Amino acid sequence: MAVHPETAAFVRHDQLPPQDPPASEVGPMHWIRANLFSSIGHGAMTLIALYCIYALLAAVVPWIWNGVWEADSIRQCREILDGKRGACFAVLTERWPQLLFGNYPAEHYDRASLAFVLLFVALAPVLFFDLPRKLLWFTGLFPFIAYWLIWGGSIWVPVLALAGVVLGFFVYRALADRSFFGAIIAGIAATLFFAIVMLGPVAGVLTSVLNISLDPVESRQIGGFMINFILGTTCIALSLPLGIALALGRQSNLPIIKTICVVFIEFIRGVPLITLLFVASVMLAYFLPPGSNFDLILRVIIMITLFAAAYMAEAIRGGLSALPTGQYEAGASLGLDYWQSMRLIILPQALKISIPSIVNIAIGLFKDTTLVSIISMFDVLGMIGGPILSSTEWFGVYWELLGAAAVMFFIFCYGISQYSQYLERKLATDRR
Amino acid sequence: MSTLSEPPKQSFHLGMLLNDTRYRGYTFQLIALLALVALFGWMVSNAIANLAALGQDINFGFLSDQAGYDINQQLIPFESTDTHMRAAIVGVLNTLLIAILGCILATIIGVLVGVLRLSSNWLVARLMSVYVEIFRNVPVLIWILIVFNVMANALPSPSAFRGDEPEASMLFGAFAFTNSGVYVPLPLWLEGSGIVVGVFFASLAAIWGLRRYARHLLYSEGRVIPVLPIGLALFFIPTLLAFFVLGRPIALEYPEMGRFNFQNGIQVRGSFIALWLALSLYTGAFIAENVRGAIQSVSKGQTEAAASLGLRPGRIMSLVVLPQALRVMIPPNISQYLNLTKNSSLAAAVGYMDITGTLGGVTLNQTGRSFEAILLLMAFYLAISLAISGIMNLYNNSVKLKER
Repeated sequence: MAVHPETAAFVRHDQLPPQDPPASEVGPMHWIRANLFSSIGHGAMTLIALYCIYALLAAVVPWIWNGVWEADSIRQCREILDGKRGACFAVLTERWPQLLFGNYPAEHYDRASLAFVLLFVALAPVLFFDLPRKLLWFTGLFPFIAYWLIWGGSIWVPVLALAGVVLGFFVYRALADRSFFGAIIAGIAATLFFAIVMLGPVAGVLTSVLNISLDPVESRQIGGFMINFILGTTCIALSLPLGIALALGRQSNLPIIKTICVVFIEFIRGVPLITLLFVASVMLAYFLPPGSNFDLILRVIIMITLFAAAYMAEAIRGGLSALPTGQYEAGASLGLDYWQSMRLIILPQALKISIPSIVNIAIGLFKDTTLVSIISMFDVLGMIGGPILSSTEWFGVYWELLGAAAVMFFIFCYGISQYSQYLERKLATDRR
Repeated sequence: MSTLSEPPKQSFHLGMLLNDTRYRGYTFQLIALLALVALFGWMVSNAIANLAALGQDINFGFLSDQAGYDINQQLIPFESTDTHMRAAIVGVLNTLLIAILGCILATIIGVLVGVLRLSSNWLVARLMSVYVEIFRNVPVLIWILIVFNVMANALPSPSAFRGDEPEASMLFGAFAFTNSGVYVPLPLWLEGSGIVVGVFFASLAAIWGLRRYARHLLYSEGRVIPVLPIGLALFFIPTLLAFFVLGRPIALEYPEMGRFNFQNGIQVRGSFIALWLALSLYTGAFIAENVRGAIQSVSKGQTEAAASLGLRPGRIMSLVVLPQALRVMIPPNISQYLNLTKNSSLAAAVGYMDITGTLGGVTLNQTGRSFEAILLLMAFYLAISLAISGIMNLYNNSVKLKER
């Protein structure tokens, strides 16, 4: 029934202005009620959480705030603190180079720092695809430059090693049209042959002709955070191709190859890294020809690379098996052979799928490089537990040192995991 | 123009071994096998030559020699006059102890944190994310050392408990937290304690039977019986009854302050506690991520469907969401349990005598038999890894989605 002015006493023609929402539904009060005190249980949890945060901050903040940055020894720290609770960060200011470089000769710190900075220049084009691709040339050269900067010695050793790699590349290029796999094998064989047979004598001759060299540094002098970085980057870089090969082997339909790969992967994944490091430090020497003397760092790099490769292989296998069979069949129907379809169709997609797990393995590997302190290598933890804590000046300064090591690892590992999330978003081409 | 009625007969020739896809696989496999055999042969011959040069041999006889060292934490009696073999077994038991307790605590922490991270309480969720990120991004070895130093420096020394007005006091008069470890009461099994334990296990069996019966009633007649109160009654009443009727056959021996140190009770070493807590907190952070991912993977429609059937929130979680989330979280958690077990070999850093500390540590250094010790060590870890993944895979198969 329609409402008429004649029948109704009052009819409103204009709309009332909306009222403000109740005070409990807007502003910070509403947010606090909705997110912190929505029920009695949530309120109790919030209070407990607040108390935990308070207790933690009450313990840590004064400790850091009262921290002493300038002192010669822990006794002097205590004198300055005069009974107050506070950190003795002086150990960090005083021993910072040791934490970073170990027993590396102090006059050559700039060489190691330069290598560290160049590492990021070399990594940049690998990590960020928008950068000019020409920078990848520098990435290729970086291992040789870094070796020369860190270990020193004659420049001809890394130059000839580079020449060996170039030789291998040309062998590969010459044969690549006939058989991809054969060309790869031949290229690696040529490089290895050059490195083992030619490198030593030729480098000796060239050095006697033109001697450009840096002061050599022995491997056992290298230590601190530097060793974690050397091990981490080298082993991740080397384990990726090995892991791809193992994953392909495990997926292959050739029974013997498959068995070899499965046994290798499961064996490595079944034992702790520390036993493999024991192998590197005491057992590997037995398996090499009598008289040969491998550097401990090299032996550790070999074992960690094998360890990481088994985990990489599992990550990549996950990516391979996530691809629909249609992709394999599409490759075959185009007339591509096994290696062509792998290179052009399967692996690009499979690697993209497995990026998150590969990055997780990389983070885990970087963290695991601290284990070398147990086989008495002086990485950052080895330096803390060995020379620094056992010195008379700094006996008993655990917190500051372990905290600093933890913060350093946190920065890098958290950074890598954030990068991985950025990369995932960037590569998510299928659901944009 | 001629037509081909049948394919040309091909005779086998050597080139086909490389160029024919039917035979090429065999050639490659043969080459790979020969290369592997050659590599192994080369390594073994090197090893023989090296060992001969050092005048050593491969001999596991050292296991029956006298060990000559003490082990500070032992589950079975061990004297320094016992053999290396027994030392290794003590180490194995210590590894298993830390692995099992660590997996249990890590699961509890992980599930709790994983669920709380999804809480609608902003502060709690943030706090849990901070915990997860901090623990996941710092090496476990650093955590072990930090927790060990907390134990060693922040707790009072046993002497603080001494005297008439001690600086520190024991918790409930039964637990003493000192910098050399935690002292807990030792249960004494007096005569008749076996019956109490038997009654306890019988009541556990009865609870299991009750749950089965309740489920049977629910599915066949649709009746719901109160399982929880009956179960709780079954859990406590018979055991307590037996305990008091038999005249308290299980007693606790409390740790007491002696002249220099605590006597009686059990001393749980600081190294054990540090390793246990650090491994559990570290692995718990990873498990929390698995739990969170698994709960998020259950689609919201499932929760809504359950709610539209009239289920209460608690039952939605326990009957609909968790069983489905469990299925997703088990495989990644298996690998976390394996990681925890393998990481327990870092005990060496704090001096906890697990298998790496006994067989791979003192025994190896004393006898110089690095070859044999490391082989045994690897074999043990390999066996335990395969056993854990085998058991967990059985469990995984039992909760897996059963498709027709």
